[in-house]
Amino acid sequence: MEHYTNPRNVGTLNKDSKSVGTGLVGAPECGDVMRLQIEVDENNVITDAKFKTFGCGSAIASSSLATEWLKGKTVDEALTIDNMDIVEELALPPVKIHCSVLAEDAIKSAINDYRVKNGMEPIALPKSHH
Amino acid sequence: MELPIYLDNNATTPLDPRVLEAMLPYLTSKFGNAASRNHAFGWVAEEGVDYAREQAAKLIGCTEKEIIFTSGATEADNLGIKGVFEMYSEKGNHIITATTEHKAVLDTCKHLEKAGARVTYLNVKEDGLIDLAELEAAMTEQTILVTIMYGNNEIGVVQPIKEISAIAHKYGALFMTDATQAVGKIPVDVNADGIDLLAFSAHKMYGPKGVGALYVRRKNPRVKVTAQMDGGGHERGMRSGTLNVPGIVGLGKACELCRLEMDEEAKRLSGLRDKLEGALSQMEESYVNGNTQHRLPHVANISFKYVEGEGLMMAMKDLAVSSGSACTSASLEPSYVLKSLGLSDDLAHSSIRFGLGRFTTEEEIDYAIENTRKAVDHLRNLSPLWEMFKEGIDLSKIEWAEH
Repeated sequence: MEHYTNPRNVGTLNKDSKSVGTGLVGAPECGDVMRLQIEVDENNVITDAKFKTFGCGSAIASSSLATEWLKGKTVDEALTIDNMDIVEELALPPVKIHCSVLAEDAIKSAINDYRVKNGMEPIALPKSHH
Repeated sequence: MELPIYLDNNATTPLDPRVLEAMLPYLTSKFGNAASRNHAFGWVAEEGVDYAREQAAKLIGCTEKEIIFTSGATEADNLGIKGVFEMYSEKGNHIITATTEHKAVLDTCKHLEKAGARVTYLNVKEDGLIDLAELEAAMTEQTILVTIMYGNNEIGVVQPIKEISAIAHKYGALFMTDATQAVGKIPVDVNADGIDLLAFSAHKMYGPKGVGALYVRRKNPRVKVTAQMDGGGHERGMRSGTLNVPGIVGLGKACELCRLEMDEEAKRLSGLRDKLEGALSQMEESYVNGNTQHRLPHVANISFKYVEGEGLMMAMKDLAVSSGSACTSASLEPSYVLKSLGLSDDLAHSSIRFGLGRFTTEEEIDYAIENTRKAVDHLRNLSPLWEMFKEGIDLSKIEWAEH
């Protein structure tokens, strides 16, 4: 609830910067669109994370929490964030689990954008679970 | 002013204290069974029911004998549609309804399709009204019933009932209407409107929950419905079950109050609704859904593009409203009514229904305007779609990841 009423890290990073990875997931027709961005330094550490989300309260809270968790992690550590951790932390009800899945997808998608920009292979994304 | 503010009067309305007062004796000393013909307890209860029947009949311009009390509008819809289908099966099996009907009508029709009914679901125009030419084209010799709602529960549009009933009658079909949202709010007259069956409910008009009625025409033509419940043959054999006397008395009183206060109340409510709608539709990228000429006085349905309805409702935390967003329903599909108007999914997801009522004050509307504006602005600041829109990006050109 706190992450919904006072979302952290709302905003936009320069998507054209090489050190920024952007993930845009979801679709307006489905009622959820999440944009999550990370800024990575030369040591592969995420120094900043921002989001904007179109969606219900749980989607907003999930993305806010995800950005909090991302900051200070290395990119490899960030890949281990699991949607169920978000579910647990926010005590999301079963009908809102898809919001956490979307947040996990957004993280992975942002990391891949960063990797591709910097000449790395994208990591394989699991098939969408919703 | 007390918070939160109730603006969901299309879902249900609070009980009017005058209705409660009328009901109380029937919950205590006048507890008799209205079917007990052999003692005073029964007579007193029956008197209460008879009086309520008169009050209800007066509101819709019928006679007392044409009112069948039920547990609510859902039961009345079921009884009317299934009852006609069974009673008139020799004449035909075709029923015509519309895609924007309440589930009590749509699911009843779906049920009958399994029992051999052929059902035509008319589409509506983008203002929510049905196309009369399309209705006429759908009529066949097999058509036994046309059932079209009076006022819509989500967007408040009022269908051209007189014209619809005239078409139904021209082809020898009966005309039924689910008038749950309209009765007590706008003038409804079964004779002037050419209605053969009409369903309504007490709790949408400041009466108690759990009681409603089905009007069944007795003259020109005499309509019959097959009972859907077997038992003691109450309500002229059409609806068995001990009468809910306190509920029925409450329904009667609610009808009387609506009849006496409707004209003034409709003016007051449409004034407040227009104020709310006017202020909110001035916001950028907000759209009023449904026809704004032919509609109920107390409903406004507005889409705030680029914000999602459920998130918006959470942000409007002092306002009790409802949304066509998928997140509010178990199905994860946005409102089928809004989609029937041709609204795109994202606009349907972004819709809020404001339902004003008898106890809504101007102060509350002013507060609602402020609160909604702030919530929309707040969420647009969070919305990537709003940012893209502001940057001039065409959202329809983006390939969204399916999920």
